[in-house]
Formats: sequence, C-alpha cells, structure tokens
Amino acid sequence: MARAALLRRLTWQLGSVIELVGETPRVKSIVLEVPDWPGHRAGQHVDVRLTAEDGYQAQRSYSIASAPEDVNVVLTVERLEDGEVSAYLVDELRPGDGLELRGPIGGYFVWSELLGGPLFLLAGGSGIVPLRSILRHRAAIGSAVPVRLLYSARSLEEVIYRDELNGQAVLDGVDICFTLTREWPEAWRGFRRRIDEEMLEEVSWLPEEQPLVYICGPTPFVEVAASALVELGHDPGRVRTERFGPTGG
Amino acid sequence: MAFISRGFKGRRRADADPSRVPPGQYVTDDFPVLSAGPTPHTPLEDWSFTILGAVGEPISWTWEEFASLPHETVTVDIHCVTKWSKLDTVWTGVSVDGLLEEVETTGEYVTAFSDGGYTTNLPLEDVTDGKAWIADGYDGQPLDPEHGGPARLLVPHLYFWKSAKWVRGLDLRVEDEPGFWETYGYHNYGDPWREQRYSGD
Repeated sequence: MARAALLRRLTWQLGSVIELVGETPRVKSIVLEVPDWPGHRAGQHVDVRLTAEDGYQAQRSYSIASAPEDVNVVLTVERLEDGEVSAYLVDELRPGDGLELRGPIGGYFVWSELLGGPLFLLAGGSGIVPLRSILRHRAAIGSAVPVRLLYSARSLEEVIYRDELNGQAVLDGVDICFTLTREWPEAWRGFRRRIDEEMLEEVSWLPEEQPLVYICGPTPFVEVAASALVELGHDPGRVRTERFGPTGG
Repeated sequence: MAFISRGFKGRRRADADPSRVPPGQYVTDDFPVLSAGPTPHTPLEDWSFTILGAVGEPISWTWEEFASLPHETVTVDIHCVTKWSKLDTVWTGVSVDGLLEEVETTGEYVTAFSDGGYTTNLPLEDVTDGKAWIADGYDGQPLDPEHGGPARLLVPHLYFWKSAKWVRGLDLRVEDEPGFWETYGYHNYGDPWREQRYSGD
C-alpha cells in the first residue's frame, strides 16, 4: 500500500499566492492556495519551478512551513545573495501571482506521532522551516510527545516565526531555547554563541531517553550538531539531518 | 498554454555550456552536501570494502589493500537531484570493473551499502564498462568525510544520490531491490538527462 502510494507520479501544479508575510528582513512566507494539493507530512519539501517568457526555467526545493492540518500550503523562503529563485520569490512575487510546484517530496525527514519521541529539534537559520511544520503538526493533533527546540540565529531580528515560537513555548511539553551568534540585546538571557557540545549537553535529552533528533540548517551547523550528539552518546540511527547551501540558489 | 512566472527573467550562466546541464539543473561552483544522518567516521584500520551477494565467494579489501590497487583520475560532471550540477570535478578512485574482475556473479543488479546504513540500488551494467569508481580522492586530496570519505561510489551519469557516500561494499543481486531514497519516493534509476527525480518521472 505504502509503496503504491509512493509511486503516484508527482505532477506540476499551479498554486496561487494568497498572501506574503515578511518574517525577517530577508525572509518571507508565501501562503499558497493549491487546488489539488494531495496533503503532506510535517518536514517534507516541494520543488518550485519558475518560467521566463522565453521559456527558460529554474527549479529549486523549499521546505513546507505549514502543518498538514493547515488550510493553505506555506513556503518560507530566505533571499540568498545572488539567489536566482529566492530573490524572485522574496522580492518580486505578489498576491494573485501563480507559482508552479510539485510535491510533497521526501519521506525521511518527517515526523508523525507514530514515530513517538521525545523530540529534539535543532535549527540553524532558515533550517527552522521544516521544524516549524513539525511543531505546528504536534500542536494541531494535540500530541503529548515532549519536544525541545534549539534554534540558532545570527540576531533576534533574524529569528523566523518569533512570536509563534514564543506562543508554542507556553504549551505543555514544549521547551524552546535560542542562541544568538552575532548580536544580542543587552538583557538577552539565552545563549550567545554558535552551538557546541557543551550547549547540546545542557539542552538535549539524555541519550538514555532516546530522543528522536531532527537537525536542519547550513552544512557546518548540521555537521557540528550531529557529530556532537553522536559524541555525547546518541544513537546515529535516531539523528535525521537536512542540509542546505552554499548553493547560490 | 504553458505557465509564465510574471516578472521572472532568470539568470543564465554565460560560462556554463548548456549542453552539459541536464533539464531543471543549475551550475554551481560550490560543493553542497546532502545526507540523511550524521557523518560516520570509521577509522581506516577498521575499514574494508566487500563484494558479496550473488557471487561464488565474497571478497574483501582492507584499506591498505584498497589503497594499493591501481587508481584512475577522472574528470566528470555531477548532478544532484536537489538541482545543482557541478562541472569538471576531478576524482581519483578504483574502477568498479577492476574490483568485479575478482568475482563471478549471476546478479544483474547491485546494492551499494555504506556506513550509517545507507543503501542505493543500480543495474550492474551502470557500474561496469568504465562507468563507476570507488573514489577516495577529490581534487588531488583524500576525500573529505563530509563528501563521503574515506571512499564513496562515483557513478556520474546518474543523479548523485546513487554515488553512495561512505561506501563499504557492493551487494550483487539477482533481483532489483530499492535502496534508501528509492523507497522514499525517489526514482529507481535516476537518469538526470531524462529528469528521473521521483517515482513515476
């Protein structure tokens, strides 16, 4: 059954942009109405395709920010330096525009309640996007699986979904820590450095608690986080990673 | 009528030969990393490479034995299913043909297996006749663990997930069996020129 479902061909679909939400100076969420959206699992991504008038096309992959339960499909995109597709999505796209996408894609970096917990989510920069989908999904289904999130950002201004995450943090079983790596307010009580083994030891579940770990961020962040957790005694088979950049995308 | 993205002009790279870039891909000078889990760090003294499965007698090489096999240096273009292509990458490795010479097989498929549990499946004919290597060098240096070191499979004519990182052996099979990404909805064969990214493409 599962195998048959996977074999369904992923066709390009035309979504329409309902709203654009500025998350940080370089990041926007694109709220899409996708008429034939087949549904997705928390953590999956889509391919986006742009077509110029002369037929030239460019494709990139973006994580889905919305939960399966949300009415609309939301992509959250960071404008990269020289980003051919991300610059268009962040600077040019307007409500009412169409956007071609196909998906959902990826069956490994996903969480559903069957997989249990406890959960340890680690986000570097815009790596928060698929983890936000997991957090929203967990809240939407009323799951009691305890979750800790460690989110590393350059500054408070660059924290994506800040209000929503602060709202999540008051839910039972949700623990959210931030670390700011470049700038922080004077009274900042969170961490003030790049993640390291000491920070992970302080924040993470004990290896004996067998957390399921999801790490998403730039490659150096993921390498440090995953290696440190394995070093601390966590089972590599329970550490799932998704990396991005530097790709100039 | 084909859809046009309002206001999208695109930026074609003038320095990349379009005939070398498969559909839906863009050329990057970086070397991005994609893996599903932590990077394994197997000490070389514990490393071995094994051919097993539908063979008369499995055969293994220690790191020392592998390192002393004849190596080739090849310059190839690589294409990742996440859309980036990198042209003229230079690898050093042992031709899979040379390794397979040591065994008799009735298998027509191969599953490459890696440290960390990763697997990927290919038809045997896609790793023979000079089409695949076990690469332990990149750009004149030992292959970095992030990019699959100490050794990875290199099958440049297929999407790069088929070039299994941290490869530890080849399991020859009479019947094809989907590997890791292949069971998660990615294409069973993965030809970039036919844009076989996902099941059904």
